[in-house]
Amino acid sequence: MGKSLFEKVWDAHAVRQLANGQTQLLIGTHLIHEVTSPQAFGMLRDKGLKVQFPHRTFATVDHIVPTNETVEPYSDPLAQGMIEELRKNCAENDITFFDTHTGHQGIVHVVGPEQGITQPGTTIACGDSHTATHGAFGAVAFGIGTSQVRDVLATQTIALNELKVRRINVNGTLAPGVYAKDVILHIIRLLGTQGGTGFAYEYAGTTFDNFTMEERMTVCNMSIEGGARVGYVNPDEKTFEYLKGRPYAPKGTDWDAAVERWKSFASDSDCSYDDVVEIDAASIQPTVTWGITPGQGVGIEENIPSIENAPTQSERDSVAEALEYMQFEGGSPIKGKKIDIAFLGSCTNGRLSDFQEVAKYIEGRKVAPGVQAIAVPGSQVVAKIAEELGLDKIFKEAGFEWRAAGCSMCLAMNPDKLIGDQLCASSSNRNFKGRQGSPTGRTMLMSPLMVAAAAVTGEVADAREVFGFAPVGA
Amino acid sequence: MPSTPIKQVTGKGVFVPGDDIDTDRIIPARFMKCITFDGLGEYLFYDVRKTESGEDKKHNLNDHRFAEASIIVSGNNFGCGSSREHAPQSILRAGYNAVIAGSFAEIFFGNSTNLGVVCVIASDTDREIITKAIDTNPEIEITIDVEDHKIWFGDQSVPCEIKPGARDSLLSGNYDPLDELLVGTDAVSRTAAALPYMQA
Repeated sequence: MGKSLFEKVWDAHAVRQLANGQTQLLIGTHLIHEVTSPQAFGMLRDKGLKVQFPHRTFATVDHIVPTNETVEPYSDPLAQGMIEELRKNCAENDITFFDTHTGHQGIVHVVGPEQGITQPGTTIACGDSHTATHGAFGAVAFGIGTSQVRDVLATQTIALNELKVRRINVNGTLAPGVYAKDVILHIIRLLGTQGGTGFAYEYAGTTFDNFTMEERMTVCNMSIEGGARVGYVNPDEKTFEYLKGRPYAPKGTDWDAAVERWKSFASDSDCSYDDVVEIDAASIQPTVTWGITPGQGVGIEENIPSIENAPTQSERDSVAEALEYMQFEGGSPIKGKKIDIAFLGSCTNGRLSDFQEVAKYIEGRKVAPGVQAIAVPGSQVVAKIAEELGLDKIFKEAGFEWRAAGCSMCLAMNPDKLIGDQLCASSSNRNFKGRQGSPTGRTMLMSPLMVAAAAVTGEVADAREVFGFAPVGA
Repeated sequence: MPSTPIKQVTGKGVFVPGDDIDTDRIIPARFMKCITFDGLGEYLFYDVRKTESGEDKKHNLNDHRFAEASIIVSGNNFGCGSSREHAPQSILRAGYNAVIAGSFAEIFFGNSTNLGVVCVIASDTDREIITKAIDTNPEIEITIDVEDHKIWFGDQSVPCEIKPGARDSLLSGNYDPLDELLVGTDAVSRTAAALPYMQA
């Protein structure tokens, strides 16, 4: 019987069994940022411990950096304090820091892959739940809490229970205008926000084979929104091609050896899974969330669910709570909801290909009056390449604000926030109550092109109609 | 050094209704612009408790009858979303040391256990019995028996589940794993030595 990638990576990194039955697992690559690491460094200092493997921790700053202000000190002294704390902690502990002046700063889940730090067959941890993004490369990547950040700094290990593995096969061709974002929103809608609890998700099938690395990252990124702490795609030639030549990728003869090794981690064809789910790519529609969890999504042609149609009392309560918060009427079309803000960016959809795809369609179009649209590159590297390609000009001419790299309005720990009950068409990953900074702010998750369609029409719209796609199936 | 074993947690309860209570709701991100966890207790469930102008909303968490509560009772998928340990830290610092829910999101569960915040699972029906009992008598003493998988309130009890690993850790007082992980340093070096990408 063969093994899955998850099992192989787990076995290669298992140090020993702990008294409570958990495994002490070696974390090969540790990524840190300013929000969840300072307390961990504080705990280390309190205990008189030092960083065990400083060369395996990499830092960047993303959550609190303003995207409209690049000169320090920032106008928010708390943000300034946090970046300075991270600088101090990295300097004191010999940790590589992709600081704002390096040209390599950005969202931690964008920086890791683009630097070639994210590699197949490795374990990765970061004090951020979207760490599963790195699974796109066939890494097993865990979001962890701050005490575990401390554990990794002090021992390069964490205590964990082994996960079950659910294989999610998506086969076939996505219709024009349907993107990786729609695939993951569809999966979460289907399996629920807690369907993945206790599982690692292995995404596979011809749809994933055909995806670019950036598309794979978009899907893996939102695994946690389906309850799965880990999500991954088996490494293949696309993975190796993406990594080749990147700053931290192996070089020369080491490269060939690494590729051979990486290949060996892919799931064996005869391995068994704890669960298998089959999805037909053709059944996936451009998907938009109407509620307050990422599982509350519908196809763009569908209506928002009504309370009375929900099968159980607890679901009726959830639908009622979501409708009240979103100020939507049950049974009404999702299409046509008037938006105030369009946000393009985040660790889900803030990569070069996201901006390239949108730029193809918004050239010559204008953001609707009354809508504020912001485009926020996921990293300084993404920003630089996009600017070299002239994408920034296309966005600006269309009426978007072109910002500096950071997490921006995904979670509003920086000046980019919703005000009052503004409704935001967002390419990010969470539509929780208050997520985008206003306690009454409303978020609708969708693909970057659907955000663009909402931006230019001022309402939730079908990007295929707005941008004149060939009819589906034509 | 192990911490004090946690075999039981006793206290008064408060019901926080709703499924999918996410960590943004437990502690909104705007209160996380800090470099220590001190003071986070003040912002627990801030937007659930307060209006935008800072006035108290009508909510059990603002109801003086439940002011002495130290056990939260809630719905399914409690703690979903962000991995921020700020969430259990704010729960602990606001004076709560246990959560009874229908289910827990995994990262939240692990973060809570590491801090000794006891998270146990009870069925929808059993949680309803508990919340009714609390509502009828907010003074009722609730005891979560980690060892016996039971929740006692008054003279009634209902079963509860807790992951075996977490249960062992709480009962032995080893729920903060750092000391045990530090003991494994040699074994860590051996595992790391076999992995080319770990080499400096």
